[in-house]
Amino acid sequence: MHYNEQYHTKIRFDFIKHQKKFFGASLILVILGIVSLLVFHMNLGVDFKAGTHMDIEVGAPITKEQAADALGKLGYSDIELTLGGASNQRVSVRFDEVLEQAKVSEITKSFKTQYGDQVSEEVNVVSPDMAQELGVKTIYAIIIASIAIMIYVMIRFEWRFALAANIAILYDAFVVIALFSIFRLEVNLPFIAAVLTTIGYSINDKIVIFDRIRENLRFSKQKNKEQLAELVNASLWQTMARNIYTVLTVLIVAVSLYLFGSESIKLFALAKIIGLASGAYSSVCIASPLWLILRGDKQKPGKTAKAPVAS
Amino acid sequence: MKGSSRLIAFLGIIVIMAGVFAWTTPGLVKDIRLGLDLKGGFEVLYEASPLEGGEKVTPSSLKETSKSLEKRIDAQGIAEPEITTEGSNRIRIKLAGVENEDQVRDMLKKPVNLTFRDPDGNVVLNGTDFVQNGAGLQRDEFGNPIITIKLKDAKKFEDVTTKLTGKTMSIYLDETLLSSPMVNYPISGGTAQISGSYTSEEATNLKDTINLGALPLKLTEKYTQSVGAKLGQQSLHQTVEAGLIGSGIILVLLIALFRIPGVVAGITVVSYVWLLLLVFKLMNATLTLPGIAAFVLGVGMAVDANIIMYERIKEEIRSGKSLLSSLKAGSKNSLRTIMDANITNIIASVVLYVIGNGAIRGFALTMIFSILVSILTNIFFSRFLIHLLIRSNLFKKPSYYGVKEAEIRAL
Repeated sequence: MHYNEQYHTKIRFDFIKHQKKFFGASLILVILGIVSLLVFHMNLGVDFKAGTHMDIEVGAPITKEQAADALGKLGYSDIELTLGGASNQRVSVRFDEVLEQAKVSEITKSFKTQYGDQVSEEVNVVSPDMAQELGVKTIYAIIIASIAIMIYVMIRFEWRFALAANIAILYDAFVVIALFSIFRLEVNLPFIAAVLTTIGYSINDKIVIFDRIRENLRFSKQKNKEQLAELVNASLWQTMARNIYTVLTVLIVAVSLYLFGSESIKLFALAKIIGLASGAYSSVCIASPLWLILRGDKQKPGKTAKAPVAS
Repeated sequence: MKGSSRLIAFLGIIVIMAGVFAWTTPGLVKDIRLGLDLKGGFEVLYEASPLEGGEKVTPSSLKETSKSLEKRIDAQGIAEPEITTEGSNRIRIKLAGVENEDQVRDMLKKPVNLTFRDPDGNVVLNGTDFVQNGAGLQRDEFGNPIITIKLKDAKKFEDVTTKLTGKTMSIYLDETLLSSPMVNYPISGGTAQISGSYTSEEATNLKDTINLGALPLKLTEKYTQSVGAKLGQQSLHQTVEAGLIGSGIILVLLIALFRIPGVVAGITVVSYVWLLLLVFKLMNATLTLPGIAAFVLGVGMAVDANIIMYERIKEEIRSGKSLLSSLKAGSKNSLRTIMDANITNIIASVVLYVIGNGAIRGFALTMIFSILVSILTNIFFSRFLIHLLIRSNLFKKPSYYGVKEAEIRAL
């Protein structure tokens, strides 16, 4: 930790000096993610992999055996089921086939006979062609959203900033996808919403930091490599409080949605939490060092500092 | 304006706002339309295909089918059905608060059944006896509309009309009587005219119905979501509660970190929530479960705009500027960053809206509304309030803004 007189900033940690560790750690995560995606794929929910999903709120604690037994009686054996809710009151079941409405009501009726009329359920049935269509649309959506945001950042900054920021936001989106694959968490449409909004939100921290770097560049003439590293560190620390606070506020609501929200919103909230955390990390530890590497130690005329600045 | 009068203006605004919010919020909350994932109900996406192969689904036959579905649903007394056609061959139906889902879905899936019956109720002709798209509209010499029909089998029609001469032949869609024209004489040649005291609209409807009956569409369920009423209510309560807890923590944190500006931020966040509820009501938008999530995330992001500005103001104070010029520099310098945040989020939300289906569209739409509302409350309104406070000259100490005296540098 030292105090930089030129930028009036306490530099509590030298992010640039340790950049290799961050790059290394992130690279390992990316590789793990790729391996997991190749070997295990995503755990696709019914939205993307046709079939039937039932969430049955039983209203009383239930065990896996009891639930499997109830389904077994109706001829559904070897069915993937999970328990959820505050005290295991909710059964989530996935059927690979598209169940007819009659069969669905047969299942709910059998639970109602056994556990009473308070049984309430949510059922999603998706046909194979709809699932495929949605998958294709999703891929387009992520590509379109990323390109649109990239164009926006390119208009706002010169290409090195834009490139560094975009690598970092794609990394954030990938971290969410990778962790969902590694931990076998189910991917449905709300997950896509979480990934897309992660892309939209995570870019902000990068913009704030880069704006500050650009502002500091304008006021300092000398730009050898050490001085640039010091400048980036100072910019990071000048914007640190703001970045932490803003991520914290959104994180607080995401965490309370995860802890207290309804069952069907939990995975969405978790995806948001991962995306927010990764976004905060990648702004400081990935995007900024990456910009420094892209810039090299070439002497650059005042082009980078033409625009007014904000933070 | 003198300092004290600014403070009075500030307090006056707060008191009036608090009154308006307290007075109107219960009504607003009650009036907001909830999606079926919050109050129970079901959504079905049908793909329509011709029942007998051959002819394609046309935009008009799709529209007719969705109209006939609406009639069936209305006949069941189900409130506020949402029926929309999508693309070239899809119909999406959303029904909330349905008790007998199984029966309703069975009924919806049945192809339209057009029948012509004799006075005793026996079916003498049905939709398939008519030439596809053979029904047309003409006018007689007095300008009254006449429906012309074409039949596939001229002989059969002649037999039927011979038998029914002097009697009525009633036209039914499912079990609904549409019209009961009189057969005046046996009709040969396979074409006929139905005249009567129809209005143009009635005649057009009847013509369309006969054409639809001649080519009924088969509906296949491609996607269904069905939510039990209890489960929906539970989702609503839990998620709203989660939102309130999260927002409460944020309010406390804001005041702890930013002091006076934190209080202002709290006020603007509350007005953000109120205004967003108002927008929902005015646009008659439907709040879905992901929509509530967006609403709650929106609270976190609305605060963002305040924090960016306050941090910047704090920095300007530390650099030794006066409070007023810190405020001016801080507001000016932070505006661009705040707009960046909002624009990139709008980009992502619009893309999401375009690809999404029901509930996710609800999320995307809520995001877009929430960003626009938060620009109003957390940029402009927030600035206005903080200007009033700082210019009141009552809160001069840097500690009111979360800055320690020791941190301030001489210019």
